Amino acid sequence: MSESAKQLEALIARGYQHGFVTDIDSDTVPPGLDEDVVRLISLKKGEPAFLTEWRLKALRHWRTMKEPHWAHVRYAPIDYQSISYYSAPKAKKDGPKSLADVDPKLLETYEKLGVPLHERARLAGVAVDAVFDSVSVATTFRERLAAAGVVFCPFSEAVRTHPQLIEQYLGTVVPYSDNFFATLNSAVFSDGSFVYVPKGVRCPMELSTYFRINALNTGQFERTLIIADAGSHVSYLEGCSAPQRDENQLHAAVVELVALDDAFIKYSTVQNWYPGDAQGRGGIYNFVTKRGECRGRSSRISWTQVETGSAITWKYPSCVLRGEGSSGEFYSVATVNNRQQADTGTKMIHIGRNTRSTIISKGISAGAGQNTYRGLVKILPSAEGARNFTQCDSLLMGEKCGAHTFPYVEVKNPSATVEHEASTSKISEDQLFYCLARGISAEDAINMIVSGFCKSVFKELPMEFAVEAQNLLAVSLEGAVG
Amino acid sequence: MSTTSTTGTPPLLSIEDLQARVEGKEILKGVTLTVAAGEVHAIMGPNGSGKSTLAHVLAGRPGYTVTAGSVRYQGRDLLALAPEERAREGVFLGFQYPVEIPGVNNVYLLKAALNAARKQRGLPEVDAFDFLSLVREKMKLMRMDESLLSRGVNEGFSGGERKRNEVLQMLVLEPKLAILDETDSGLDIDALKVVAGGVNSLRSPQRSCVLVTHYQRLLEYVVPDFVHVLVRGRIARSGDRTLARELEQRGYDFIAGEAA
Repeated sequence: MSESAKQLEALIARGYQHGFVTDIDSDTVPPGLDEDVVRLISLKKGEPAFLTEWRLKALRHWRTMKEPHWAHVRYAPIDYQSISYYSAPKAKKDGPKSLADVDPKLLETYEKLGVPLHERARLAGVAVDAVFDSVSVATTFRERLAAAGVVFCPFSEAVRTHPQLIEQYLGTVVPYSDNFFATLNSAVFSDGSFVYVPKGVRCPMELSTYFRINALNTGQFERTLIIADAGSHVSYLEGCSAPQRDENQLHAAVVELVALDDAFIKYSTVQNWYPGDAQGRGGIYNFVTKRGECRGRSSRISWTQVETGSAITWKYPSCVLRGEGSSGEFYSVATVNNRQQADTGTKMIHIGRNTRSTIISKGISAGAGQNTYRGLVKILPSAEGARNFTQCDSLLMGEKCGAHTFPYVEVKNPSATVEHEASTSKISEDQLFYCLARGISAEDAINMIVSGFCKSVFKELPMEFAVEAQNLLAVSLEGAVG
Repeated sequence: MSTTSTTGTPPLLSIEDLQARVEGKEILKGVTLTVAAGEVHAIMGPNGSGKSTLAHVLAGRPGYTVTAGSVRYQGRDLLALAPEERAREGVFLGFQYPVEIPGVNNVYLLKAALNAARKQRGLPEVDAFDFLSLVREKMKLMRMDESLLSRGVNEGFSGGERKRNEVLQMLVLEPKLAILDETDSGLDIDALKVVAGGVNSLRSPQRSCVLVTHYQRLLEYVVPDFVHVLVRGRIARSGDRTLARELEQRGYDFIAGEAA
């Protein structure tokens, strides 16, 4: 190994900074999964009968399914009966009505994570919903949003306050039978965020949810549903972290987006679940189903994700482009270091005429990490004039990591245009030495080169997130230079 | 040619019997050279004689192993410093083949470089406005299009643009010792004059320059105080600018013959 290679190695390992545990009384159901557990979850949440039934249908279907193993990831078998499917911080009756009712320990947790929930303290206009283990603990800026007609609340609350919207839209993008993990989620989902933006409303601020796993041996199964009615516009950010533990923890979330005529949904994620240690012990299994449907004419859905955490990431934020002239975008930076494995990408399903999709994927592999891009561009016979552009770049740091690309393209309409560009590169010693010879330290040089590599994705992130993402990337690649 | 400073201060750069190896191959076999402040030295020689190796060894390129000899810079052991420390201390290497760094803003890299050097000198970070007007002024001198500032470092630059960009960086960083590795190669006559003008603008009694070049063409515009001919890893001959003209007429063979 050359000198600069050693410097690179030394650089990729400052460690995980959100790995602390909050000591708080929790109401946790015993491990195991059967119809009684599902009924109990539904009962605890005071759900209407249709939802309890929907959950049970999902559970019955899930029992007939097998865990999928087509992804380019390896892990020890998961014992689904040893997981607890519900955990909530003990609350004074019915959950908090305002921040004053929230356990101070919880508020402290979010302060430590840099997610201030006090509205007064929040300078930037970002409304936050904070989900701790299975339940939402606080949602900020609700009055201001309500004045604009925007509904932004915990999913479990929306079930009670807007049951007709839930019944109309839940499972219409990701049906309960969709896939093993989504089906499991449909049976046991705990909480998440619900957003409804009415016709013609431009949401006055960024909406954000911060997910935190705290309890031991619990899974987190949140469910998010965002509906953008005709002509509306919303930008939603999602952040996440978890304590540092030697055991693996399961996270199987579902996100459904619905964009009606001319609506625009921008969904950004900075995922920083605990990735496990350098030997591959512990870390979150992140098996997530995210899908948006451009249901209306000229609607648009844009996914941006920066994936730095998790031991295993299995995630394909997708767009179903049904409305004529609708468009889908996917911008992704996925980083793996140490023993992390990521199999991520997107599906763009073109159904409507003149639908367009753009895919920009940047994979960074360091340590012994394995990074896979898996994407599907499907042009159905009805999608006259559809267009796709895909760009897929991989950056390798060191000798032990891997980058893999599986782009699938299915074109059933001859008028379609599909472009695919791909590249694989290493941080070259020439680039590194060039920076050194200008007086820039190896660490700064690598951060600079990696940020440059990710530039076309970072520019899609809302400003405050772009900075966080860049810092997170620097941390997750510490000691990675090789 | 070693000029002893009359004030008793050590020369800016003093190389003694420097031997170096690249990929197991002995390239420099004992180079001795002294550069006093304010001097311009040209290092010439046939392909493969070790000119670029010397430049890279001075800048501290990893993989270039010094096996014997010493290099003192401002009286300090240069070889003991990491490459980035050498740069911050005022050693600048102008690359023969400047590499592309996609997505990294050209002006951002330049600012980071300047601030690294300023930090070393205990100065605060450069004011953004002052910095930009300084860069614009130097760009004008280098006849560079301002759009090159916001592009990625050398990303899609032509060969000539890359070389001008190297000299631009040098003008902004104002090194004490500039080592230019074949900065003239591949330039047409107009670009060569611009590059030479840039180098000349930095000449001062405090600054020194080592020009590595294959041809004497550049030396018509940047007149060196000394010319050295490197053959098979050793300085075979030293002289003043007339040596460069002699080489132009007679080729390297006559010196190679003498050195053999």
